[in-house]
Amino acid sequence: MRSPYRLITLVTVGSLAACGSGGPDAAPPAGGPIAVAASDSSCEVAKTSVDAGTSVFAITNKGQKVTEFYVYAPGDRVMAEVENIAPGLSRNLHVELPAGTYETACKPGMIGKGIRGPLTVSGSAAPLTDDAALLAATESYSRYVKSQTAALEEKTAEFVATVKAGDVAKAKALFPTTRTYWERIEPVAEIFGDLDPRIDGREEVTEEGLVFGGFHRIEKDLWVDGSAAKSGPVADQLLADVKEIVQKANAEKLSPLQLANGAKALLDEVASGKITGEEDRYSHTDLWDFNANIDGSKAAIAALRPVLEERAPELVKTLDTEFANVDATLAKHRAGDGWKLHNELSQADLKELTDAINALAEPISQVAAVVAKKA
Amino acid sequence: MVSRRRALTLAGAGIAGIAGTAAAARHLTTDDAPDPVTGAVAFTGAHQAGIVTAAQDRLHFVAFDVVTKDRDRLVKVLKEWTAAAARMTAGQDAGEIGAVAGIPEAPPDDTGEAIGLPPSALTITAGFGPTLFRAADGQDRFGLAARMPEALAPLPAFTGDTLDAALSGGDIAIQACANDPQVAVHAIRNLARIGMGVVSVRWSQLGFGRTASTSTGQATPRNLFGFKDGTRNLKAEEPDLLREHLWVQPGDGPDWMTGGSYLVTRKIRMLIETWDRSPLAEQEAIMGRLKGSGAPLGRTGEFDEPDFQAVGADGEPVIPDIAHVRLAHPDTNNGARMLRRGYNFVDGSDGLGRLDAGLFFIAYQRDPRKAFIPVQRSLAGRDELNEYIRHVSSGLFACPPGVTGSGDHWGSALFA
Repeated sequence: MRSPYRLITLVTVGSLAACGSGGPDAAPPAGGPIAVAASDSSCEVAKTSVDAGTSVFAITNKGQKVTEFYVYAPGDRVMAEVENIAPGLSRNLHVELPAGTYETACKPGMIGKGIRGPLTVSGSAAPLTDDAALLAATESYSRYVKSQTAALEEKTAEFVATVKAGDVAKAKALFPTTRTYWERIEPVAEIFGDLDPRIDGREEVTEEGLVFGGFHRIEKDLWVDGSAAKSGPVADQLLADVKEIVQKANAEKLSPLQLANGAKALLDEVASGKITGEEDRYSHTDLWDFNANIDGSKAAIAALRPVLEERAPELVKTLDTEFANVDATLAKHRAGDGWKLHNELSQADLKELTDAINALAEPISQVAAVVAKKA
Repeated sequence: MVSRRRALTLAGAGIAGIAGTAAAARHLTTDDAPDPVTGAVAFTGAHQAGIVTAAQDRLHFVAFDVVTKDRDRLVKVLKEWTAAAARMTAGQDAGEIGAVAGIPEAPPDDTGEAIGLPPSALTITAGFGPTLFRAADGQDRFGLAARMPEALAPLPAFTGDTLDAALSGGDIAIQACANDPQVAVHAIRNLARIGMGVVSVRWSQLGFGRTASTSTGQATPRNLFGFKDGTRNLKAEEPDLLREHLWVQPGDGPDWMTGGSYLVTRKIRMLIETWDRSPLAEQEAIMGRLKGSGAPLGRTGEFDEPDFQAVGADGEPVIPDIAHVRLAHPDTNNGARMLRRGYNFVDGSDGLGRLDAGLFFIAYQRDPRKAFIPVQRSLAGRDELNEYIRHVSSGLFACPPGVTGSGDHWGSALFA
């Protein structure tokens, strides 16, 4: 389960108006930002059609409730969002939109479907992918996603069958390895709204009215209850959800900027979920996920490598060094074909892993800017 | 609200960088006073700022472990830190681009929480711990072992020490002091971020109220026991005493430390609740001073010299033999003096309902072997105050002389 900030929100939250910094904002696209006047009952977007490319929305909350602003593609696929806009504040949202039909939405009170409006994106303003190397990067990563999703579907089917057969020992063994394919491509999965929390949500983030399901519900059954007797329906739903997300993920092509942000988001996952042992709190198999997140981050960077080598060769060297350092640090905790359990690691071990992730995540956070830079 | 950028412009310091700060420094009337217009303390100078600088109200102190084996990477971070410290003490953003001026796809090179805040007399002071020169196992980590000053030998164990190793020591220390806590925290946070991959935070401490005055212009503040602290401190206005007791002099040790000073930190937990239940007369006897005025027992003025010979009507010394003021006094310790600039701390409560509070003791000196060590030996063995305090963290750092200009960086002579 990921943070509420979806990686595809190529969001830069601009300076808070209340601070009056007045500093130069990022170069806005021609025509300036699109004003969005949000109140508790209306959502007035100054334009309902824009040119393809980067758009900047300047949202001002004129209501009494905290609000959010979304740009949705068909099927409520989140293209970008900005959250937590307090009354009286203004925020900017940058989003790269290819031609197509979209919806904008303000969500006063941060609940429900929000106040929707149409947005048409037309024309052919050059997206980043016009650059041949960037195009190759997205195609390369698509291939990686296809390979991982195929394995994910297959392993999940096996895991689900084992759970339904009541074979607790074998299901426990399959749990961390099945999740590996999920954790490698989680930034892609995350694009599809509700599916990510349904598949990978933790108990405490299950929304009111929904049932705690997915991987972690079965994990709890297996490790805490020691029984899969009641897990059948949850397992069936998990497989159905995985099949759905696999289909969607394979139809998706991530932008180069999404790859860059995904590489970083995977490390954030490690730093905030895996090192703390929050992710797999019943099984303590967090290091499988940790390793898979690193794999996925590496794959995204690998896809971008030709671009990065052209534009920022020093950064590539740093990334190579720091990926190797993370691998070496993690390798100390190998156990057989797998990994030690999280609760077998000492505080000093966790500190060392944290340092290694920090050392990698800082330079990785620079990749998006390199990719965004027009060649 | 004066923006950070605008405050700097007023000083005529212009663009980012140490050169800008040096320009600001020329406006100052005395070395360590904040600029009257901008409130900035000069970053460059013969000595590091943040030592005799009039003690600011707030502290964020951090000790780092160096996690790289690569000396060049370490030096690179020291250079980046120096440039960032020069900018931040002048009231600018930590990075050259700034918190909100960059492209939207990149994380900002300043974390932004100090936007709009003035320099707030921020000082950033760096020091090197013994383990940077030689690891616990004796390894010469960065080819510096031959340059380690004898005065930087690890502190001995003192009677009653209850030190937590995880809260003690460190390869590099950085002290950020400011009159606004957000400015001090901003400084440490940004330096820690710049150092990621090369250094790792080992421990850190926030302090909220100065417990010493380092200038005759400042009133003596109180510690959490309610007593004035640092009455007999070394002061900025005493150049001869500073030379004798504070600044490392030529010939004292390796040249790279000349003009520097040795920093000792001790996190001293105070057992607040039991102290508060003790009678006023006992509190004053333990300290050897009156709680109200701060005068030594038997005298009337705070700055009166204590009379250690005076005997009361009962035939007992007016200032008890084991009073803190007697045991810590220079007369009892071969004339030892230090410049103290400690801070009160409250780290919430301890789970038993007691304040997790005390004094984060900070002292600078020319040579700890002639200052902190003998004084603490004197105190550790006999001081009645020990019943109410616990030393839980300890640090010793060699703070090199000041950065001189734009080509210079922290530790340049050490790593030359």
